[in-house]
Amino acid sequence: MVLDNLDLEVGEGELLCIIGGSGQGKSVILKHILGFMKPDRGDIRVGGVSIARASQKELYEVRKTYGVLFQSAALLFSLNVGENLALPLREHTDLDEARIAEIVRERLSWVELEGHEETMPPDLSGGMLKRAGLARAIVRDPKIILFDEPTTGLDPVLSATIGKLITSLRSRLRFTGIAVTHDMNLAYMIADRIAMLYDGRIIESGTPKEIKNSRNPRVQEFIHGMPALIA
Amino acid sequence: MRLLEKTGEGILRALDGAGETLLLLFRGLGWGRTAWRYRRLVVAQMLFCGVESLSVVAVVAFAAGMIVSLQTGTALADFQLQDTIGSIVAVSVCREMGPVFAAIIVAARVGSAMAAQLGTMKVSEEVDALEAMSINPVRYLVMPRVIGLVLMMPVLAMFSDVLGIAGGAMVGRLQIGVPYTVFFDKALDSLEMKDIGVGILKTTVFGMIIAAVACRQGLGAVSGALGVGKATTKTVVISLMFVLIFNYFISAIFY
Repeated sequence: MVLDNLDLEVGEGELLCIIGGSGQGKSVILKHILGFMKPDRGDIRVGGVSIARASQKELYEVRKTYGVLFQSAALLFSLNVGENLALPLREHTDLDEARIAEIVRERLSWVELEGHEETMPPDLSGGMLKRAGLARAIVRDPKIILFDEPTTGLDPVLSATIGKLITSLRSRLRFTGIAVTHDMNLAYMIADRIAMLYDGRIIESGTPKEIKNSRNPRVQEFIHGMPALIA
Repeated sequence: MRLLEKTGEGILRALDGAGETLLLLFRGLGWGRTAWRYRRLVVAQMLFCGVESLSVVAVVAFAAGMIVSLQTGTALADFQLQDTIGSIVAVSVCREMGPVFAAIIVAARVGSAMAAQLGTMKVSEEVDALEAMSINPVRYLVMPRVIGLVLMMPVLAMFSDVLGIAGGAMVGRLQIGVPYTVFFDKALDSLEMKDIGVGILKTTVFGMIIAAVACRQGLGAVSGALGVGKATTKTVVISLMFVLIFNYFISAIFY
């Protein structure tokens, strides 16, 4: 069992960072929110809709309100960056091509990727891929954005750039966010609240300051990267 | 006892896989109603499956026709019956060899590529990304492949028929000494519309089998590159097996 008795609530407009070690089930939480996995017991409710009991059609409707930044960015490698961003707009809106191109240009500029519409994903660096993934996640002005390890594989400077981008996009779009990460610098930078997942449960939850000052040895061990704190 | 258990498990797994493949095929065909909307994807698949396979199909079909003509022509020449090779080549190529050779090439070239592409998309989270964007992967990925292959397989088979007969005629003329006019007169006398119709039916079924197996194996790929490799191999093996089995049953029904 990966998650056990997990109880978590995210308020509208809030950005929650879920931290925890590798293999603790952070990404599994996102998969449950997306409806890719169903819980054995309990429920996940998004805006009044039960994800655990939703039909495929209902799930597709709920997911239209999401934007997702995958750990690998997960751009479609058969499409260029512009087409990747345009895809959800073409699928779910009646916008004409000129308006779609305008939105794509604008979103790329928000993530500092102006002029990369024609670039194929394999030609992008790691940081650029993440930014392109972020641009696709926000292309339809989602109410909820899920971030799966948004800085994995990036150097500290690029990680900080992603953190700043997320913060600036929040002030533009005012979305509700859930980010799973083990990057504490990112968590401190973007989160309103941080929750620590350990052994399938949330063992501590609070503002970044409260988490920093937590007396829970598991939390201190994790945020300082010092296993010796627990004998 | 353990052997029985393992055999039973294997059979159940195979039935499970067959059921999933069939379901995926029906769902893919069901989304065919959106083919016009996704015509760019369908045309891309038609080009990849059909046009880009033409050269390989041409070589294999031409060579196969040559072999049939040579073997039957040499044997029939002993009885002074070599003039009938036009009939034998045309009937064997149109009824069996054209459709089957086209299917073998498509399974090896197109089916394996489809499985590898979809498998890579699966393990690199691209399929999850489609789901997360509320884009049905069956509609976006499976439907264009099924429709593209089903439309192009009969074209490939007819192309294969023509090239096979041409190869047979050339060997008939140059090695067996049967004039082209005699060869083609006999060929046209023996061929019936039914032969062409059954050939088209066979290749349509083969197209469905190859596309469905490739999509099911690709979308079911797990464990990174190893999983993609397994999906690719399984696609070719399973497709060829079912192509040959279905070929027998369709032939048995119509002839």
